[in-house]
Amino acid sequence: MKITIDNNSVYCYTNSRDIDSDKPSIVFIHGSGMDHTVWTLAARHFARHGNNVIAVDLPGHGRSAGAALENIAAMADWLKKVLDALKVEATAVVGHSLGSLIALDFSARYASRARALVMVGTIVPMPVSDAILEACKNNDHSAYDMLTQYGLSKRHQYGGNRSSGIWMVGSSLRLYERSKPGALYHDMKACNEYQCGLERAGAVECPVLMVLGSEDRLTPVRGTRPLQEALNHPEVSVLPGAGHTLMMEAPNALLDALHRVL
Amino acid sequence: MSAPDYPGLDTLALHAGSQPDPATGARATPIYQSASFCFPDSDYAASLFNIERAGHVYSRLSNPTNAVLEERIAALEDGVGAIATASGQAALTLAIMTLMGAGSHIVAAAALYGGSHNLLAYTLPRLGIETTFVDARDPQAFASAIQDNTRLVFAETVGNPGLDVLNIPEVAAVAHKAGLPLMVDSTFTTPYLIKPFEHGADIIMHSATKFLSGHGIVIGGLLVDGGRFDWDASGKFPTLTEPYAGFHNLVFSEEFGPAAFIQRARKEGLRDFGACMSPTTAFHILQGIETLGLRMSRHVENTRSVVEFLAQQEHVSRIGYPELEGHPDQPLAAALLPKGCGAVFSFDLKGGRDAGIAFVDALNLFSHLANVGDAKSLVIHPASTTHHRMDAAALAAGGIGEGTIRLSIGLEDPRDLMTDLKQGLRAAGKVAAKQTVTS
Repeated sequence: MKITIDNNSVYCYTNSRDIDSDKPSIVFIHGSGMDHTVWTLAARHFARHGNNVIAVDLPGHGRSAGAALENIAAMADWLKKVLDALKVEATAVVGHSLGSLIALDFSARYASRARALVMVGTIVPMPVSDAILEACKNNDHSAYDMLTQYGLSKRHQYGGNRSSGIWMVGSSLRLYERSKPGALYHDMKACNEYQCGLERAGAVECPVLMVLGSEDRLTPVRGTRPLQEALNHPEVSVLPGAGHTLMMEAPNALLDALHRVL
Repeated sequence: MSAPDYPGLDTLALHAGSQPDPATGARATPIYQSASFCFPDSDYAASLFNIERAGHVYSRLSNPTNAVLEERIAALEDGVGAIATASGQAALTLAIMTLMGAGSHIVAAAALYGGSHNLLAYTLPRLGIETTFVDARDPQAFASAIQDNTRLVFAETVGNPGLDVLNIPEVAAVAHKAGLPLMVDSTFTTPYLIKPFEHGADIIMHSATKFLSGHGIVIGGLLVDGGRFDWDASGKFPTLTEPYAGFHNLVFSEEFGPAAFIQRARKEGLRDFGACMSPTTAFHILQGIETLGLRMSRHVENTRSVVEFLAQQEHVSRIGYPELEGHPDQPLAAALLPKGCGAVFSFDLKGGRDAGIAFVDALNLFSHLANVGDAKSLVIHPASTTHHRMDAAALAAGGIGEGTIRLSIGLEDPRDLMTDLKQGLRAAGKVAAKQTVTS
């Protein structure tokens, strides 16, 4: 489904269904440099289970036009406009990595619109190394290499995908390679500069689930303690063996975890 | 912070796709010889059928042993995914059927494996898919042959049997300019000698029967998706960019992005045509791939020795090996195939067809059969066997003469190979000498 926000075309994957005001809604937000396809399995699942699913492509990503937004608050504001356009009042908000920060900011500042918050592969604050930022800024392939290699657990560098025949390293690289020039840099910079996350976490009123990978090297479990303490009694699900790219590395376990709040 | 090095080819050949078996801890990849797989409950079953979960339903569609092989070749080729098929021919057919239907057209190199030529020249026209064959050495010929209804450009990395080296970057550029993917058959080269995706190819097929296995005990094929071709931008591939009624109006490019092609091939082609690989076959191919680097290195080393030997023989009129000075593809081979041009090549004997037959019949160590890429050395006379359905003009276009001999050099001690070849050359020489006296 395509809609127009701020004069730019915005793509939302809805499993080819119209938004039904009688159904609960779930918004899925992708991570840095990615697009809606990272949520295909989960979106298909929850669509079959009677939900409106809305997997967005952020501006300047995937099938959405426009320039990538500069900061997390702007992305959260943009998300509100998307929901307004779709006439979705309250929704569950599921975000991965960058998307988890957008989901957090949205849930805190537009509390009446968030019925559940799911933060997948997350940490607050979310610092990004200078090396990655510099490579992203230069649209250098080494950025994709670093994010792919650190994004997968060490074990999954060698595969073992539950989805038959799909090579996770190649899939991750191809998604990054498809990103528009500058988009990944804006995303990573926005993550790095988001300093009010813990404050926002304290303002979240809806139920919260954090889904973490036990082998995540980008947003390691041990670093999530401040966020867990700032949120109001979040449920925490740590998926064994998974790294940061949980939708690819542990699709079934992630689906099971999502059912705890969705 | 910098990116660690990716695992090397030899490491991936041993490890990619495999983990210790979660049920038993077995380190070797087990053979999951099961037609189907149990569902824990009805919702789980529904979620597998509707592509919501990862897992296996029925071994025609996917199988845990095959999945390891598929990931391994995808890793070795740096693709997004792969499918194991019943044969190399099945992989080629699956690719074509995924991309096009009746009324479509293919541009293919004339220098092709005879089986591929049969499919394109004789069988597919019955289904409304026509092919124009062009000189593999002429990228402009590919461009000139492209029509409005062309949907694929296809060639071998090195042509069978003449070893025409495909200028992958230039032919890929021609294909991409026309909004078309380039598929290459990399059976002769394997990812050890060339990684076609790095040079611009979009889809790779293998007959895994050959060098990937190395043992010559199974038939199998592999189809690999590079994941870089933009099907939406091309606008010529409705099977990938428009709703598919056969799967609840799923749009593959929309839901699977870079993996649209390989997912459609599995969800439709493997499902409907059913040319799947046996898990036991996948296991055997995995055993072969574990030693791919070691074997290919030795294959090339032995081949170079044999080529050097043949080049000194008076009864040999031509050797088609691109590393030789004077070969038309020598500079291109040096650029694209720095580790070697493989272990299959052809040469011509003085004395034509009769000399060729005498040569083959006099060999003992070389096995006379229709295969290549075995650990054992092989020989065949293409004009009377693998390419016998081609007329003289088609043979010539493929670089094959009446007296052409194709060798596949194995892993034996090269001195023994040369001893055997000397026997064949003596027999061929006698025939040539008689012809000289008669004339």
